Amino acid sequence: MSDLVALAERIVAKAKAGEEIEAYVARGHDIEVRAYDGEVESLSSATTGGIGVRVLVANGSEGARLGFAWAGSLDDEVVESAVDEARDNATFATPDPDVAFATPDGVSATELDLWDPSVADTATDEKVAIALELERRVRAADSRVRQVSSADYGDERVEVALASTTGIRSFTQRTAAFLSVSAIAGEGSDSHTGTGFSVARGFAGLDIDRAGVDAVERSTRMLGATKVPSDRLTVVFDRRVVSTLLSIISSALSGEAVVKGRSFFAGRMGEKVATGSFTLVDDPTDPRAFAAASHDAEGLACRRTVLIDSGTLAGFLYDTVSARRAGTSSTGSAVRGGYSGTPGAGCRALVLQPGHHDQQAILAVVGEGLYVQSVTGVHSGVNPVSGDFSVGVEGLMVRDGELAEPVREITVASTLQRMLQSVLHVGVDIEWLPGIAAGQTLAIGDMQLSGS
Amino acid sequence: MTPVTAPPLIDSDVLERVLSASLAKGGEMAEVFAEDRQISSAILDDRRIEELSSGRERGAGIRVVIGETTGFAHTADLTESGLLAAAEAAAGVARRGGGRTESVGLPARQSAPEHDFVLPSEVEKSAKLELLSRADDAARSAGAAITQVQVGYGDSRRRVLIASSEGMHAEDDQIRTRFNVSCVATGDTGMQTGFESIARTEGFEVFGRFAVEEIARIAATRALGKLDARPAPSGELPVVLAGGSGGILFHEACGHGLEADHIVKDASVYVGQIGEQVASALVTLVDDGTVGGEWGNYTVDDEGKAAARNVLIENGVLTDYLWDWLRARKEGRPSSGNGRRQSYQHLPMVRMTNTFLLAGKENPDELVAQTPKGVYVAKLGGGQVNTATGDFVFGTSEAYLIEDGKITSPLRDANLIGNGPEVLRRIDAVADDFAMMPGTCGKDGQSVPVGCGQATLRIGGITIGGTAA
Repeated sequence: MSDLVALAERIVAKAKAGEEIEAYVARGHDIEVRAYDGEVESLSSATTGGIGVRVLVANGSEGARLGFAWAGSLDDEVVESAVDEARDNATFATPDPDVAFATPDGVSATELDLWDPSVADTATDEKVAIALELERRVRAADSRVRQVSSADYGDERVEVALASTTGIRSFTQRTAAFLSVSAIAGEGSDSHTGTGFSVARGFAGLDIDRAGVDAVERSTRMLGATKVPSDRLTVVFDRRVVSTLLSIISSALSGEAVVKGRSFFAGRMGEKVATGSFTLVDDPTDPRAFAAASHDAEGLACRRTVLIDSGTLAGFLYDTVSARRAGTSSTGSAVRGGYSGTPGAGCRALVLQPGHHDQQAILAVVGEGLYVQSVTGVHSGVNPVSGDFSVGVEGLMVRDGELAEPVREITVASTLQRMLQSVLHVGVDIEWLPGIAAGQTLAIGDMQLSGS
Repeated sequence: MTPVTAPPLIDSDVLERVLSASLAKGGEMAEVFAEDRQISSAILDDRRIEELSSGRERGAGIRVVIGETTGFAHTADLTESGLLAAAEAAAGVARRGGGRTESVGLPARQSAPEHDFVLPSEVEKSAKLELLSRADDAARSAGAAITQVQVGYGDSRRRVLIASSEGMHAEDDQIRTRFNVSCVATGDTGMQTGFESIARTEGFEVFGRFAVEEIARIAATRALGKLDARPAPSGELPVVLAGGSGGILFHEACGHGLEADHIVKDASVYVGQIGEQVASALVTLVDDGTVGGEWGNYTVDDEGKAAARNVLIENGVLTDYLWDWLRARKEGRPSSGNGRRQSYQHLPMVRMTNTFLLAGKENPDELVAQTPKGVYVAKLGGGQVNTATGDFVFGTSEAYLIEDGKITSPLRDANLIGNGPEVLRRIDAVADDFAMMPGTCGKDGQSVPVGCGQATLRIGGITIGGTAA
């Protein structure tokens, strides 16, 4: 810990008169084992480290100019040249009165224990063994599983220190371990895939049964899937799919997208944007969330933000710069993609206010419709600016309140705006998934299925 | 213009000692992949030069293979002691072997080719930024309804060195330049987006051939055109894809399914199909990493093998798959030069380079005129495929209805969905107006630059995922 904080402080100390400096220093250890056909296919291990330096040069009444540089190294000489490069880059930026680094805002950080020593303490042999066991179990579970294309164990330990001339000092550390497996079920010339996974803070929290059973069930139940005729119907989304959907919706709730006119939520604060049962919250202080954090990527305390409250648009997520542009204050929602990225506003731990039913009960209430197991083409078919929504789908028809025959090579489409207004049921079945959003079953009415 | 010459990232004698140490525990093959990458980028957003970024990453990945098992470790420390530590970690998987004592000798290094690109480091930052402002002005002057513009510039220089115990000792020096514009247009019915980019494996001289104003105008026009768009149809219709609209159809419909890592694991619908008719006789598909300046180019792949032109489908008949070293070794054949990795921190795997359909003979306008009802796709977005089932999607970002053989109303964005082998068989016309497009391909967590290309073509029927009945 102390060496990263010390390095961040050494960088910040290089600030000249009229300059502010912010240093982001990260180090990670990770290991990944892939099992295939009873053997270790690959075993990778690595330590990575790097710095991201932002320099802000005051430019009188016009504001300040910002420059950025990064390096995949923690060596002092590399750090020195990164500071110079960031300083040089700053001379070319447009002066901007809203550009600033975070300053301590008096909100105290929630203490979170996100570090599980079992990640470091577990022997590599045990990590190899669990990947091999996962692969063996999935192959043995069902005679229709004809291939396990990958069975992986992975873990990581990440430490981040932040310091700035504006008074920011933070240090965060987290661990994660995961299992993931991809099965191919086949009968005759018909093949289908299913993935299963388990994530936890540490080795001991992994659920090998869960990962295996999911992969087998999801691949085998798709056997015999056909394309069905186009229809307008109610769609019940699987928890994992809902996690993906919420992540996309959240990009329209970023204060940066809103203030730059790139969100369909812009200008709609206080309006009814969803059905009354829809309450969406970002709460990185909940340690169950995969991306839970005590501090954001600018070193401010993470905090709970209500985004949509009983269907009414209630909040956006801001980092320092987007908050200043919008005339408000940061919600502690700065995120960045490691040391090579600059901060932007985004969510970490989205979750919906749970409803009253689990998936089975929701299917029973819905009666007739389509259950979506997985979606494809999210990046090419969902546009958080226009709201247009069109995705490829695999799933099962819902008949008489139960899962019925499997379907494939179809799409479902609507707009995000319309989908939010057509939420029929929010599941009680919260599942903490990897990524930035929890999963819960969600039923949405009046969607267009395109098929034959 | 400066000839590209620089000392090797790691000296041969150090490489030989590291490779020998990598094999000391019984490995059958050891490889050092060293990389030095410098990246710079600039973003103009909301009328301001918002971010100028420079970055540098140097390091090496060491791979040790024994039987079916690969051990891998990487380090940012390119000194001999740093490399030896990584070698020891990578060799850890080879414990069962007896080890070998003879040392590895490398042949003379095959140097990176000298090229006459204008290197990113030779260009003033102000010259790069001037492009951004020019594009912003051009986009905003395309129409009053353009309400937001973001312009991005990026360049990179990537030097790589590959040395292996199998006698590989090669280097490459890859220069890449990209420029992209994305616009938001706002009208009575809400907002729409338009995007356009160029991306070349060349230097700053590309801006002598590509006018940034034109890139901006295309992006802005695309967003403006969709303000009047109606919802895309729902269901199956004939689709005409414009020349250079993305070519991602082939990347997804069969390209990934022809990657040998999916083939050897029986995870592709194209397993066992060599010599079979897998597509319409109009389809001749090529993957070629040597096409002048294209985004997916390189001289040698990330295993040191020279990039090549590989014919995958000839007149509809499957002729070959794409191979890297590991999968080729399993089949006792040479690699096709398609072993790529995102960076020194990643293991190589089979990847496409520039994948394209050879042009046909038809006139693109006549092809539309001969289509009574359908969808005309002028520009595609991304796509995704499940290689095991062959089902794939690709999105439109500029599309129109075809009514009575004429291009009519603009359509809102939607995904199209099909099954690779089925769609390839339903291609019933290919025109003569070939063009390429750059893209980024993601696979198993690694992104690499690729190119896609095709002439205007028609698919007899494919499912369009719109909302209009």
